[in-house]
Amino acid sequence: MNKWGNLALVLMLGAGLALSGCGGGNNTGNMGNTGGNTAATNAPASSPETSGTAQDTLILGRGGDSASLDPAIVTDGESLKIAHQVFDSLLEYKPGTSEVQASLADSWEVTPDGLSYTFKLHPGVKFHDGTDFNAEAVVFNFQRWSDPASEYKFEGDSFDYYDSMFGPDGARVIKEVKAVDESTVQFVLNQPQAPFLQNIAMTTFGIASPAAVKEKKENFKNEPVGTGPFVFKEWKRNDSITLDKNTAYWKEGLPKLNKVIVRSIPDNSARFTALQNGEIDLMEDLSPDDLSTLESNSALTKIERPPFNVAYLGFNFKKKPFDNVKVRQALSHAVNKQEIIDAFFAGQAQAAVNPMPPSLWGYNDSVKDYEYDLDKAKALLAEAGYPDGLPDPVTLYAMPVSRPYMPDGKKVAEAIQAEWEKIGVKTVIESPEWATYLDDTKAGEKDDIFMLGWTGDNGDPDNFLYTLLDKDAIPGNNRAFYVNEELHTLLTGAQKETDQGKRTELYKQAQEIIKADAPWIPLVHTTPLLAGKANLKGFVPGPTGTEYYSEIYFE
Amino acid sequence: MNSYLIKRVMVLFPVLIGMTLIVFSIIHAIPGDPAETILGQKATEQSKQALRNQLGLDKSWLQQYFNYMGDLARGDLGTSIRTKTPIAKEIVPYLAATLELTAASMLFATFVGVNAGILSAWRQNSWFDYTAMIIALIGVSMPIFWLGLMEQLLFALKLHWLPSIGRMDQRNPVETITNLYVLDTILAGRWDQLWTVIKHLILPSIALGTIPMAIIARMTRSSMLEVMNSDYIRTAKAKGMSQFLVVYKHALKNALIPVLTVIGLQTGALLGGAVLTETIFAWPGVGRYIFEAISSRDYPVIQTGILIIAFIFVVINLLVDLLYAAIDPRINYK
Repeated sequence: MNKWGNLALVLMLGAGLALSGCGGGNNTGNMGNTGGNTAATNAPASSPETSGTAQDTLILGRGGDSASLDPAIVTDGESLKIAHQVFDSLLEYKPGTSEVQASLADSWEVTPDGLSYTFKLHPGVKFHDGTDFNAEAVVFNFQRWSDPASEYKFEGDSFDYYDSMFGPDGARVIKEVKAVDESTVQFVLNQPQAPFLQNIAMTTFGIASPAAVKEKKENFKNEPVGTGPFVFKEWKRNDSITLDKNTAYWKEGLPKLNKVIVRSIPDNSARFTALQNGEIDLMEDLSPDDLSTLESNSALTKIERPPFNVAYLGFNFKKKPFDNVKVRQALSHAVNKQEIIDAFFAGQAQAAVNPMPPSLWGYNDSVKDYEYDLDKAKALLAEAGYPDGLPDPVTLYAMPVSRPYMPDGKKVAEAIQAEWEKIGVKTVIESPEWATYLDDTKAGEKDDIFMLGWTGDNGDPDNFLYTLLDKDAIPGNNRAFYVNEELHTLLTGAQKETDQGKRTELYKQAQEIIKADAPWIPLVHTTPLLAGKANLKGFVPGPTGTEYYSEIYFE
Repeated sequence: MNSYLIKRVMVLFPVLIGMTLIVFSIIHAIPGDPAETILGQKATEQSKQALRNQLGLDKSWLQQYFNYMGDLARGDLGTSIRTKTPIAKEIVPYLAATLELTAASMLFATFVGVNAGILSAWRQNSWFDYTAMIIALIGVSMPIFWLGLMEQLLFALKLHWLPSIGRMDQRNPVETITNLYVLDTILAGRWDQLWTVIKHLILPSIALGTIPMAIIARMTRSSMLEVMNSDYIRTAKAKGMSQFLVVYKHALKNALIPVLTVIGLQTGALLGGAVLTETIFAWPGVGRYIFEAISSRDYPVIQTGILIIAFIFVVINLLVDLLYAAIDPRINYK
């Protein structure tokens, strides 16, 4: 920092302080009524809350705000995080994994043909508004999502996740949802769906109180009512969401906290300052740059989310010479993933080999990556007919925004540009604004190679491989325009197969085909970082970025 | 006076209509498919098409514009695409947050700026004059982002005097009545909370007020210098009036007109939202509201948001013009 700038700053700020209340003096160092718990960094004096009973309010800082609080109409992670506390689904993911376990449904049975699922519901569960949770409530919710003419599909609503997980109108997977009796509900399917239970467990299919939906109508998306561990209290947009303890929660002994306040603090360093200053207890998305400060502070602790994403470079098959597998393989050999991870991810990532993360079942360990080897790269280019490198410069689209899987796309692109230069491939990096970026890569007219990523939704390999690389996903998420009929047969076969062992085999084969074709250069699977107070316990980071706050407590 | 007011108000309409036209055409010139941006990568082609129909994006440009103007004329400010909530309802807390921050910033900027300007002119070419004007120069060119982060480091993290972010202590929340927290705490008689709320206001309002402060200081100084050299000031001095009264009573009144213009313009600009300050201090103001609407191509919010800000801006200008007459009796609107 510049010395004179600093002096001027202090002078000006001093003037400001003197102006705004002249009260700095007698209140110096007393953050009791603002911070609540200032013990974070250097204040040895215990603040009111730490001295007596343990703290029972959690303040969480995150980068964005929810778009809406009705989980059925959103697809963004920030919205679903809150919904996850207010709603329960029939099934849920075991904390910290993508394995399915019982939630509102105690048990379930599936017929051998995979066309009928029967769920036994947990008895005696009530919604926050006091009405009963029962089979009728489940039926009501699924009808609301599936019937395009439902009177509870309010203006502006669209049930996107329902459409993408259970098929759009006209091609629905679920034929009918029936209330067999008070606590039994039966799903009849049009065709078997292998990831059916995985899908049912998603937060977006949390069961809402029918009475509240009918009563609040359009306003339900601002005042959600579910059966979850926390009751919605207040939403100040772009500022905070307040949740109170559900004292009648059906899971014994939960939640442990009395109150949760989720704040939107867009700037990463300001959020970290707020954590160090004790204004928040837990923060999401720590910049890798702040890691050393965090680790030197004993009052704070680092929390890692298991990697459940992939960042990649995709080749545009519509452009020559990227329809040539030798060229794609050559460029794959010329990316030094480990160096990129050390330089731009502070080591908080692992090199990606396959299009899906290793923590997901079905991952193929035996697939070998194209190792970093510039000589091999040159040899492959020569085989493809380009002994002196590519004649024309390559347009590389680098992400203009920061995403958990790719904090700084432009810098990574520059590192790759330098490597490719060495094998005679000139690269022009382009980074249009995000909406345009998505448009362009979807059209596939301007970009030769593009950078993108994906975070898993539901813990099924289908959600990576089919969603991103099948020919059905053109136009859409298959922005490489990669078509392989054999792969298509495997992936669609795996969707209808209900035996998990067989599905695992199919997905392993699929990964081998993809590796050989090299439509992508998978770059990294990142470990998103969180930071919290050292006395915060019971927080289990989840792969999909959605965690339960009900088990959290302070020591 | 009244006929003048009516005339001025009438002029507002063409200005605002021109505004809608400009905003509308700019927004529609932005590349990027709104349906894709709004619904995200995970939405189906069908729901995107449905959204395009619903937004009327498949209609012609002119048709879309007239539909929009029709809705406006009926008092319908539209519904946010992203949050699916009526904008008229949604924007109120954002405007309140911005209003509070603007008021605090301009209070700081005006008080410090005007006084620094007066003293500089009074003691022209003194060390105070030089220092103040150098600080003003730095202030004008100060990157808000940097200033804000440095404030947080110094006053929150190192000294623990002030909170770093937000509008209030979340552990001891203010009961919302008007969304202006200073007012709310006074109405509720919660003096402890009032102090907390003021403490939350200090850092962001200094960050936001620094540039206007510097501009006001420079404007006051030059305007005062002009007046201080005029005959009537010499007369006032000659008749033995105290220096302080000469400066603050006689000179200031005449020097204030251009300063007032600057204050008005700056207030208008700050009311338009301050994306950087709001981002660093997690201040839920109207700037970030519109900024986020732009990144998610939330057309109705962008249009209505900008329109409301433009409206506020012209109204403030009108108020400033009326203030001239109140301050200077020679100015008379007929």
